[in-house]
Amino acid sequence: MRLIWTIAKRELAGYFTSPVAYVFLVIFLLLAGFFTFTAGNFFERGEASLAAFFGWHPWIYLVLVPAVGMRIWAEERRSGTIELLLTLPVATWQAIVAKFLASWLFLALALALTFPMIVTVNLLGEPDNGIIAAGYLGSFLLAGAYLAVSCMTSAMTRNQVVAFILSVVVCLFLLLAGFNPVTDLLARWASPALVDTVAAFSVVTHFDGFQRGVIDARDLAFFLSVIGFALFATGVVIRGHRAG
Amino acid sequence: MIRIENLVKTFGAKRAVDGISFEVARGEVLGFLGPNGAGKSTTMRMITGFMPPSAGRVTIGGHDVVESPLEAKRLIGYLPENAASYPDMTVQGFLNFTAEMRGLRGSRKKQAVARVVDLCFLGSVLRQSIDTLSKGYKHRTCLAQALIHDPEVLIMDEPTDGLDPNQKHEVRNLIREIGRTKAIIFSTHILEEVDAACTRAIIIDRGRIVASGTPDELGRPLEDVFRRVTLPDTAKAA
Repeated sequence: MRLIWTIAKRELAGYFTSPVAYVFLVIFLLLAGFFTFTAGNFFERGEASLAAFFGWHPWIYLVLVPAVGMRIWAEERRSGTIELLLTLPVATWQAIVAKFLASWLFLALALALTFPMIVTVNLLGEPDNGIIAAGYLGSFLLAGAYLAVSCMTSAMTRNQVVAFILSVVVCLFLLLAGFNPVTDLLARWASPALVDTVAAFSVVTHFDGFQRGVIDARDLAFFLSVIGFALFATGVVIRGHRAG
Repeated sequence: MIRIENLVKTFGAKRAVDGISFEVARGEVLGFLGPNGAGKSTTMRMITGFMPPSAGRVTIGGHDVVESPLEAKRLIGYLPENAASYPDMTVQGFLNFTAEMRGLRGSRKKQAVARVVDLCFLGSVLRQSIDTLSKGYKHRTCLAQALIHDPEVLIMDEPTDGLDPNQKHEVRNLIREIGRTKAIIFSTHILEEVDAACTRAIIIDRGRIVASGTPDELGRPLEDVFRRVTLPDTAKAA
């Protein structure tokens, strides 16, 4: 546990000694604000909720989370520090979990900095803050799922651009499988059972509940198992390219 | 301390390391020689537990590197090829990090860092970030990292690569000094280092040991011996 914290601390510090963290935070907050107030018609909706805010998260994260995750392993492989890290007395899974947690904490910080949204909506009306809390939890888990996928693609290559693109593609699939225009298209020729099965793999389907304030154990299990599976796959990939 | 039995590593059809066996006892400094691509780095990566061997066994102080990796890794200090280190960290931050990873906390951590800073002459650059350092300092920072827990076994991949003559001299002296009480393996293709720092040397070529012994046993001049037992790059391609 201590080793995991030591590595995570180093990773987190790494974000803030480079411009990456600040650029990310500013862009994230700008995009979140723009989509909520302009594209999401926050004011015109006439309701005291953050639906306009959370609805955009799967799309904002689609680009920004892989940008955070792409360096996690690709950078270690490119610079050769992976050799240093993995010859320290630490198990590979501990290093994987530590690096993931550090980046997830960073994303949590970015999310926490959107608190003016809560303040605004509370000043303007009387929203159900329980729904908002559930929305934040869902958004955090969604970011974690994308991030774990980025970890996996990052371990596959020493090229960060390749890692980024692969990650966006996989996350896009996770997103589109439950996106209404896509499911409608599928429904034209596929059986409803198949459409539901495909949609069940989508982060959108499982994020919906949280946005409505419902914390369903199945949705929790979905996000946690995506994270678990992607991190496990990361371990397989890392062991794989050392085994030769 | 270090025991290597029939170590093999294959990458696809290529046998990078092809049945290497040797032992290094406490108080020995083993020079690991060979042309580029002979399998030196691959062997060292297997000894340090970074790569699992395709066949064969490595034990460090009685701990099998594959079966009980953490126990084995605790005994090893490792200087990887090109002295990789995190460029965004300061020297101090980096050494604190590796000390903590080695389980050193509080005053023991402070002492350990102070000791290696002294040993590797890093006092003047402690607060600089590693990417602003010259190659010599970068190298010594990574060496300091390898020494931080006062390891019983020290594995160094080209520890003098890219250093100026003064720095080379210092590193060699350091190796000889530390080697009195530890088991050390270092790779190099600078033959004079064998005389300067080693108690024993092994020459490998295309994954196999082609000569081994004390510098005196190998014969002199060492360069002729080396050229006789290894093939040049051009011959390998044929």
